Amino acid sequence: MRYAETGYNLEIDLATGNIERVETDPGLMELHLGGLGTSVKLFWDRVPPETKPFDPENLLVFSTGLFNGTPAFSANRTIVNFVSPQNEMLAYPMMGGFFSAEMKYAGYDKVIFRNKSPEWVYLWIHNDKVELRDATHLKGKGALETQEFIKKELREPRAQVAAIGPAGENRVFTASIEQGRSSASRLGGGAVMGDKRLKAIAVRGTKDVHLARGAEFMELLKEIRDYINFRNENPVANVMTILSGIGSPQEMKHTDEKWHSENFAWGNARKRRKGFWTKEIEESWSTTQREGIKRLISCFNCPQQCGALISYKDTPPYMAKCFGKLTYSMAAYVDNLDFAWRILYRATEYGVDSFSTPQILAFAVELYEAGILTDKDFEGCPSDKEGRFFWLLDRVAHREGIGDVLADGTYYAAQRIGNGAEAYAHNTIKKHEQLPLKLSMMDPIYYLMYSTNEKVSITQIEGNFPQAAFPTREMREEFVRDWPQIPDEKFKQYVLDWEPRGDNANPYYPTPDMASEIVDWMEMLHNIDDALCLCAGMGSFCLKPPYHIHNYPKLISAATGMDIDEAGLKKIVNRSRNLHRAYNNRKGITRKDEKPPEDHWKFRFPDHEEELLTTYYTFKGWNENGVPTKERLMELDLGYVAEDLEKRGFYQNGQDQEENQNDKD
Amino acid sequence: MAKIKKKIKTIKIDADKCNGCRLCEVVCSAYHATPRWDSNNPARSRIQIIKDPLKDIWIPVFAGEYAPAECMGRDKYIIDGKEYDECAFCRAACPSRDIFKEPDSGLPLKCDMCEGEDQPQCVEWCLNDVLVFEEREEEVEEQPEEGALEIGLESLADKYGMEKIMETVARMSMKG
Repeated sequence: MRYAETGYNLEIDLATGNIERVETDPGLMELHLGGLGTSVKLFWDRVPPETKPFDPENLLVFSTGLFNGTPAFSANRTIVNFVSPQNEMLAYPMMGGFFSAEMKYAGYDKVIFRNKSPEWVYLWIHNDKVELRDATHLKGKGALETQEFIKKELREPRAQVAAIGPAGENRVFTASIEQGRSSASRLGGGAVMGDKRLKAIAVRGTKDVHLARGAEFMELLKEIRDYINFRNENPVANVMTILSGIGSPQEMKHTDEKWHSENFAWGNARKRRKGFWTKEIEESWSTTQREGIKRLISCFNCPQQCGALISYKDTPPYMAKCFGKLTYSMAAYVDNLDFAWRILYRATEYGVDSFSTPQILAFAVELYEAGILTDKDFEGCPSDKEGRFFWLLDRVAHREGIGDVLADGTYYAAQRIGNGAEAYAHNTIKKHEQLPLKLSMMDPIYYLMYSTNEKVSITQIEGNFPQAAFPTREMREEFVRDWPQIPDEKFKQYVLDWEPRGDNANPYYPTPDMASEIVDWMEMLHNIDDALCLCAGMGSFCLKPPYHIHNYPKLISAATGMDIDEAGLKKIVNRSRNLHRAYNNRKGITRKDEKPPEDHWKFRFPDHEEELLTTYYTFKGWNENGVPTKERLMELDLGYVAEDLEKRGFYQNGQDQEENQNDKD
Repeated sequence: MAKIKKKIKTIKIDADKCNGCRLCEVVCSAYHATPRWDSNNPARSRIQIIKDPLKDIWIPVFAGEYAPAECMGRDKYIIDGKEYDECAFCRAACPSRDIFKEPDSGLPLKCDMCEGEDQPQCVEWCLNDVLVFEEREEEVEEQPEEGALEIGLESLADKYGMEKIMETVARMSMKG
């Protein structure tokens, strides 16, 4: 009997239609847990660095984690892996919702797609019965529409369906995979799915998921339950509302958007609007938010209410979550939320990432205003802000006219447009659009997270450590008083000594050594969450979460039957992270790519930033190029990785490596 | 007829508070698993969330009596502008649908209120106070004493004859 995992993957060859149910090696769980951990291993083994995003050999993997389908609160992530069309790295966007539990109940840990289908198809998984079905009649349909249509066609209202919209079909680089209230959005998974002519996956499962020591698991969960209740009643003091609670940010629940609307940049990640959040705006936005939201909803097995059912005026009902509420309005400089509810519906049907896409549209508007894009490019475009955004969104989703260029994201669009457009694609890291944040003083912790993580998206890297120094000693003392989540007592001192101004302030405090330790801790938690497919909002993404390094080993041991302690767990996720890093190194990622946007902070410190990066690399056991050293890889039982990197010339001096990279291109 | 007091166990369901997470289903299936808590499968749960998210319908329903046949017709209710299929409120394991049946055997499931525990597990684990356990006393009509039944039967026998009564009882019991 396999515990916490089903022990089977589905292997789908879309070219031939061949479907196989394959038993997995039980030893993989001991080495990589599951979820992202085992998926990274799968890519290392099967997708060589020469594989391009739209090659048939690129895999598209839907993965569950060890805790999906168990009673563990908030274990509801589905991780989607593929080589990204946007930056060729191994991407891992994830979605909440109900999909992964259903996959486990159907009896599968992962669904692995290879090659391309000759015609449009969707996959229907009903326990042991798995079939590819014709989807030619679904082509052009919206992502939401498709989900509802398939449930009806299958006469299975309980099926969970993940689908792409027109944007995915047209291989838009910011195309998402939509599923109920959730989506796997970042880095173009929808485009890879569309490239494979896979319109959707529907799943229904009625089998058992086993735990090794269920009664012990439930006893541990009672402690988690009590802490969730405690935290819901006791928000963290002295931080902004949005950071005070647990769960994914409660964007649908909270109406107070002073912080986002005044601290995040508007337009093409350009301007902060201090004083925007007036009484009138607060009243208008709160009213519109409440008008639009019919019910607050959750993902599978989660008591929080981060999502909502939206039904606004004549907009058909849809479900939303998170920051998409603000991104379109802010990017378009539209001062009302009415526009947000309307355009978010269309964006959801098209299936696009609501972080990158609004920035692409705002980028186009800026280029037009600067005369780099012309009336010819904008022929037929309405002149009002709202109409313009709808028009541009339509063009991008269908790759029509200028939309075809924009659909590759700001980095590639700027290259194609030329004529100075590059300066307008100013908010990317590793070719990927970032949150529209433009701040003042360089922050050493964020500098490292932005620069180095494989996620290339800050929201799923940060979390357990406060985002900024508390203004007073009393506040710091209050914060550290009750902080069982920390891996080491020393972190309390870092918070106590961290001040908003003076010697112990950004950019020199926390010191490079401290910043490396803090970042390592936060990354570790994210890697654990992602192996279990637990929502980061209950683990790595928030202050004082219910799950942490001290209770995770106990829960994992009870669930899997492996005897695992903190050191053992740390080693496993370090292994995953280093394997992922080595994979991306092979794809060409090196020190020169590891930097936040030039204008991310007004005050920059190039020498200090280099020192931060070097210190962090050393701490991680990586060389000056950000490549894991042979020694580090051997420690982590990744000798085969060291051997491969050696063969590819990664351990020669810097000059040789550059040449080697160029050869590969 | 005289009234007597009887203990009634109730789970009060505040459907408006339900965010549709289905933890109740997982916990119910794990509690009733053998060995207890060692496996999870909402399809085996005796509570099911009947849901149609885009129509704003989330209704927790508990498994009740087994019904050998489906209803002759199925009505629809419109409440607060939302259209509900009658089955959305029905507790029966019946041929019209696949809920409240063991997925392997098809045998009907019935909520046992987690007899022996302080309260049903779904109630204990729901953190949004959707499910509230209540025990209340209700006055019910006292069942007639055997003597009264005998008097009644005698009067019927006088009217129809004992043989006719016996035939009718036999036919009724065959129908089950």
